[in-house]
Amino acid sequence: MTKEELIIPENRVYGKPSLMNDTPMHYCPGCSHGLVHKIIAEVIEEMGIEEDTIAICPVGCAVFAYRYLNVDWIEASHGRAPACASAVNRLWPNKLTFTYQGDGDMACIGTGESIHAMNRGENIAMIFINNAIYGMTGGQMAPTTLMGMKTATCPYGRQADLHGYPLHITDIAATLQGTCYVTRQAVNTVPNIRKAKKAIRQAFENAMNKRGCSLVEIVSTCASGWKKTPEQANQWMEENMFPYYPLGDLKNTVQ
Amino acid sequence: MTEEIIISGFGGQGVLSMGKILAYAGIMEGKQVSWMPAYGPEQRGGTANVTVIISDDVVSSPIVSQYDTAIVLNQPSLEKFEPCIKPGGVIIYDGHSIIQPPKRDDIAAYRIDAMEEAARTGNSKVFNMLVLGGYLKVCPVASVEDVVRGLHKALPERHHKLIPMNEEAIRRGMEIIKKMN
Amino acid sequence: MMDNNQQNDYKLLKGNEVIALAAIRYGYDGFFGYPITPQSEVLETLAVEKPWETTGMVVLQAESEVASINMLYGAGCTGKLVFTSSSSPGIALMQEGISYMCGNELPGVIVSVGRGGPGLGTIQPGQADYNQAVYGGGNGDYNCIVLAPNSVQEMADCMGKAAQLTFKWRTPVIILSDGVIGQMMEKVILPPFTPRRTDAEIAAQCPWATNGIGLKSRHYNALSTLEFDPQVMEDRNRAMAEKYKRIQAEEADYELYRVDDDTDYLIVAYGISSRVSMKAVDILRENGIKVGMLRPKTLWPFPSKAISKLSEKIKSILCVEQSEGQMIHDVRLATEGQATVYHTGRSGGMISSPVDVVDAFKSMARETITKNWPKGYWIK
Repeated sequence: MTKEELIIPENRVYGKPSLMNDTPMHYCPGCSHGLVHKIIAEVIEEMGIEEDTIAICPVGCAVFAYRYLNVDWIEASHGRAPACASAVNRLWPNKLTFTYQGDGDMACIGTGESIHAMNRGENIAMIFINNAIYGMTGGQMAPTTLMGMKTATCPYGRQADLHGYPLHITDIAATLQGTCYVTRQAVNTVPNIRKAKKAIRQAFENAMNKRGCSLVEIVSTCASGWKKTPEQANQWMEENMFPYYPLGDLKNTVQ
Repeated sequence: MTEEIIISGFGGQGVLSMGKILAYAGIMEGKQVSWMPAYGPEQRGGTANVTVIISDDVVSSPIVSQYDTAIVLNQPSLEKFEPCIKPGGVIIYDGHSIIQPPKRDDIAAYRIDAMEEAARTGNSKVFNMLVLGGYLKVCPVASVEDVVRGLHKALPERHHKLIPMNEEAIRRGMEIIKKMN
Repeated sequence: MMDNNQQNDYKLLKGNEVIALAAIRYGYDGFFGYPITPQSEVLETLAVEKPWETTGMVVLQAESEVASINMLYGAGCTGKLVFTSSSSPGIALMQEGISYMCGNELPGVIVSVGRGGPGLGTIQPGQADYNQAVYGGGNGDYNCIVLAPNSVQEMADCMGKAAQLTFKWRTPVIILSDGVIGQMMEKVILPPFTPRRTDAEIAAQCPWATNGIGLKSRHYNALSTLEFDPQVMEDRNRAMAEKYKRIQAEEADYELYRVDDDTDYLIVAYGISSRVSMKAVDILRENGIKVGMLRPKTLWPFPSKAISKLSEKIKSILCVEQSEGQMIHDVRLATEGQATVYHTGRSGGMISSPVDVVDAFKSMARETITKNWPKGYWIK
């Protein structure tokens, strides 16, 4: 039996979402980005809103997100995706506007834009990939780097007196009147992937139904930045990140 | 004809709005106009002044260093602008607000006791219209009718009921202004 | 006296107010900005007018100028006609965003109402942001079209012209004004209402826009300034450079005042300085001096050809700008060495009076005479 004879629709048990194109991803093995991209593609496809989606990607590892999903993308400057999204959504109020941001983008250089977009209650969804490190630039300290964690710019471990403390931007988001849904998820296991997908779907529905701003944090791995194998990275995340960034809903006014 | 006027006093005396009404009156006369305020950080009771130019021709520079007329409503304004009046020009001052009257003898000095008149009638809000009336008596750049038409354009509809009171103040200002030299 | 109807068309308005009112009438889709003196009346006027209830124009007070320009960026990506307004330090904060807008060849209008600098400087009027607007502070090879209104009426007109140019050339347009033009009131006739473009019109005009329209029947659009391959980046830059050359060939605009065949001296001035200089020219002409003024109406592209041609017969040029000398460099380049160029102006929030300009002209003429001219030619 040849390969061509085997690959036929009747035999198919799994397919990639049609919105994902064939561009090879630049993400490292074991990275969470690919999974989250796929979830987003699935949700947009299931909601049938391809023509009503305006996606905004960040500066950071997801800087090339626009290469992989067949929706209209805006590549924002570092940290400014929420400002960009605010304008886009106010001008196109019946479309889904979502941002996809890393920890540096969301919680460091763009903290002001993030908090003000959330606080204005912009009808947008924000996907926040928190891997506690700057992946693209080579593993430097992030605002969410854990205490004691080693990075290229805190090689002896994060210390309060030198570097200050990790920023809990998701917790801050939950206190803002403009947010309707704030949740923290992960994509390390199949059940968690399902939960994360449900959360992203809810965030997108909130945006489409003009319920206010939704923030979905995905506690993520960075095997390369953490200098671990993909498997070790998942384990390290469960042991170190989850206690500090516990999974679950922080706020849900929709239910 | 080109008339370059500086109106100067304290914030709250109605300096800017007097200038605006004058400029509107100029438009009603078919003239070219400019209204350039001195602005600064917002401060109640701070200084306020505005340069108004009314001309038959296109107004070139809205910024001038010499004026045909200065209307000064406090002492610092008199000291600042008296030297900037063109020879043969006019200075108008409020009698109550000025302690040291103007000294130059190559300009015509006029005094208007607008503050007192406003206090007498119990309506301090028409102070600037009394002064405007005095000015129009000395320099008839626009008729009272055109000023009133200007007021209709300058004021929002809800304030139009106040126009007769303002017109009365303008006419009263024309009566009480006095030449001092 | 004019007839009543004509007078009733005129309104007495501040330059800043007119920016807001003209934007609504020219069918702008949105405004994003942050308060700063001396231009806060733009947002204030929009807030009073509530255009979102009439034309559907969006108005948003952003959290900063950085956010404002990135809102413009996002809006421009989707093909909308939007603008922001700020003053010198605020425009400084926008430089990165302007570079991104140019990099993605986006429409967008930036109103800059100049004040004295550097730093916080003063809130009084200034023209020390010529370099900021014309040469830019963002990274990379880029240019913005820069319009320079010199009256309240032109503030209105420029909003219309900018709206047209920004889509024609897919590049941001800066309207470089100053605190005098922004704060002063003059007679103005506002433009008639033009409806905002429909979604279908936007899709037809901007097939590159990232608004999802018609996605299923086209390749998706992605607007990014990032390229990892330097050759691709260079190709993009070369294409943009070609576009900039065409803009320079087609859009340079200027106005002459009292320039004739036997003009000996030229004043070059824009914005408020051109108004002050008009009066200075009048005073000098009354004294029998053959002087005229060239006023650039576009600062980029700069009317270099016109200046070059006039330089052939002009003895010297006085560049009047309210700064320590910025546009003078472009004037010097434009003369191609054919005329000596002098500068006068105040800075830090001070503004030259017509008499100041006349005095500076006299000094210039004195020097010119000493150098090149037969004795006996002098001002009364």
